[in-house]
Amino acid sequence: MSLWNKHEIFEKHSIVLVIGILFVVSIGGLVEIAPLFYLKSTIEKVEGMRPYTPLELAGRNVYVREGCYLCHSQMIRPMRDELERYGRFSLAAESMYDHPFQWGSKRTGPDLARVGGKYSDEWHRDHLVNPRSVVPESIMPGYPFLLETKLNARGISDHLTANAVAGVPYSEEQIAEARKDMMAQANPDGDDVDAFLERYPNAIVRDFDGNPKDVTEMDALVAYLQMLGTLVDFSIYDDKANLR
Amino acid sequence: MAQAKAKYLTLEEGFFAAFLIVIAFACLIIAGKTYDQVMAFHTSLGALFAAVGAFIIFKNYFNDGGIEIPQEIDGKPNYNLGPIKFAAWAAMLWGVAGFTVGLIVALQLAYPVLNLDLPWTSFGRLRPLHTSAVIFAFGGNVLLGTSFYVVQRTSRARMPGRIAPWFVILGYNAFIVIAGTGYLLGATQSKEYAEPEWYADLWLTIVWVSYLLLFLGTIWKRKEPHIYVANWFYLAFIITIAMLHIVNNLTIPVTIYGTKSYILWSGVQDAMVQWWYGHNAVGFFLTAGFLAIMYYFVPKRAERPVYSYRLSIVHFWALIFLYIWAGPHHLHYTALPQWASTLGATFSIILWMPSWGGMINGLMTLSGAWDKLRTDPVLRMMVVSIAFYGMSTFEGPLMSLRSVNSLSHYTDWTIGHVHSGALGWVGYISFGALYCLVPWLWNKKQVYSLKLVNWHFWISTIGIVLYICAMWVSGIMQGLMWRAYDKLGFLEYSFIETVEAMHPFYVIRAMGGALFVAGALIMVYNLWMTVRHGEAEEATAIETGAMAPAQ
Repeated sequence: MSLWNKHEIFEKHSIVLVIGILFVVSIGGLVEIAPLFYLKSTIEKVEGMRPYTPLELAGRNVYVREGCYLCHSQMIRPMRDELERYGRFSLAAESMYDHPFQWGSKRTGPDLARVGGKYSDEWHRDHLVNPRSVVPESIMPGYPFLLETKLNARGISDHLTANAVAGVPYSEEQIAEARKDMMAQANPDGDDVDAFLERYPNAIVRDFDGNPKDVTEMDALVAYLQMLGTLVDFSIYDDKANLR
Repeated sequence: MAQAKAKYLTLEEGFFAAFLIVIAFACLIIAGKTYDQVMAFHTSLGALFAAVGAFIIFKNYFNDGGIEIPQEIDGKPNYNLGPIKFAAWAAMLWGVAGFTVGLIVALQLAYPVLNLDLPWTSFGRLRPLHTSAVIFAFGGNVLLGTSFYVVQRTSRARMPGRIAPWFVILGYNAFIVIAGTGYLLGATQSKEYAEPEWYADLWLTIVWVSYLLLFLGTIWKRKEPHIYVANWFYLAFIITIAMLHIVNNLTIPVTIYGTKSYILWSGVQDAMVQWWYGHNAVGFFLTAGFLAIMYYFVPKRAERPVYSYRLSIVHFWALIFLYIWAGPHHLHYTALPQWASTLGATFSIILWMPSWGGMINGLMTLSGAWDKLRTDPVLRMMVVSIAFYGMSTFEGPLMSLRSVNSLSHYTDWTIGHVHSGALGWVGYISFGALYCLVPWLWNKKQVYSLKLVNWHFWISTIGIVLYICAMWVSGIMQGLMWRAYDKLGFLEYSFIETVEAMHPFYVIRAMGGALFVAGALIMVYNLWMTVRHGEAEEATAIETGAMAPAQ
């Protein structure tokens, strides 16, 4: 009896075929995914990473909603031209609080992993409203409506809670004060700024959209863009300790 | 006569009616309590769909309740073709819509003013609409329709259930509507090819499990001792997509009254899970499923048996085992540990072999029938699709090599590669299947016009060639420009200079896309005329059409 005849068992018993398929297609995923959760070397040890502030998180949600990731990567590869063009290569630790990740897969526009601090708020504002006003050859869509859309603050605490359930270390206080913090970060003259900075040290407090009256989606998106890639303190980062 | 009818709904009718009523009420409650406009819209839509579904179940019961549908008529299986007919037209409709949105986004890249500066017309929202419409709406309906047809034919049995097949087809298309409108309104979880939010994902899970049960149920009723090879591929596609879908979409809704959710995975693990999903959406949705189509429709059309039974066994197990490993080649040089991306590349190279094994099995099925390529443009379309399959499964492993990937990643080369597979392989094998299926379903001798099939074939082939050549040039050019240095050791080009250089190729690409859309429109016209005016097949000629069982 040839070995080929043994295959009959799969062809005559659908359940055996189903089990065979399930077994065969499980192996690759288990081997590649499971170790990433327990190998300590997967995520580097760094100083400075903190969860997003409520305003940055809201800005990130705008970024996700508008599909920015379809044209902009947030993952600098360790190659000479990328290091010179975009800055230090991205670490796994830098996206450890990203649900979901925004590494992207296409660079129709430039990488944004370290765009934080590279341009002024005003530049971002002009660029988002009409990209061709600052970069004439740009093919990016304009987003003028961000400036006019007031940021929806409803349930922002629930957003932090959902992140906390997924493993982001938000404190109870940060969750409870999320709404206040969201407004405080865009109102440098407000009363809640000190309390906000206590909860999120080193966060940037500015009127990002240049309109002191309202907190808009533009505030949120620019706040997010301005902190991208700025958290990790590379002056004390030990490359060798994190070899993998 | 009322007395002839059964007094009660069948268990199946009762179950689906109750389920749909529960869904309708749940949707109404959420619609009433939500502050989220997208959620309000989607739950209203859901309540409407579910209520109409329940209404139709009751209406049919009162019209013809209790009349048994015969399993066989004159000794031949009474196949359930209604849902397949629906899927065939849904595929054509979504196909044309999806290709057209593709053309629009291509034009937006060439002429950004077409974004109109409105949220729901900008590239970022339309691009997922394009990918989902062509992959899941067009491709999905082709897969659902052909799988229902093939599994019934090769099992010589009618699908079980009266409501279940319609539930799967209509439920799946309801998912498409929810997903597509969601993208336009900004509901997305931003995972490529898995953008629909949590509630759409939940609904799809229910539909998909029903699909699996229905497919297995048909196999359980089979009159053939063996399960035909096409059904192995369909089964692998259904099971694996279920696994990928569930793991990749594990998510925590902010509230059940809102669309937004946060994915359970984060950062590097999320990237790995995403591309494990993403590459196997290619591997199992766009490959295994459509290989099943190849294994039924090519032999059937060529009137030749599958070239090698042993090769199909090796092809099947090797393909499904190897494909699942290939995902991390999307993450070369990223923060994913190198061991993982190396594994991905290694298996991608090995994957070349079963891919080409399958290609050989499909092409060699034509041995002794090659002359038909001259006379039958439908068969030619399917053969060319297999050739494209061979080409893109050669290009894929090449691009998974670290050194090639360092150039190709993030550029249009990837887009070109995807489209040589999507337009050439998936598109053409689907068109071929539709050209076969529609005359069979409506009992016609042949498609309305083979000449128009020929026109479709040549117009879209020119379109594909324009598309992929433009993307090769622009992708490789941009990759080289990014890494170009001048004599003094500075980067030669700013980023925006590389964008500017893309423009002519984006225009050529859009022209290719327009030709592809034109071809698809010709097909829709041709098949419409086939249904309306095609010459009827004589009744005796209906064959049960089971393939020779595997020996």
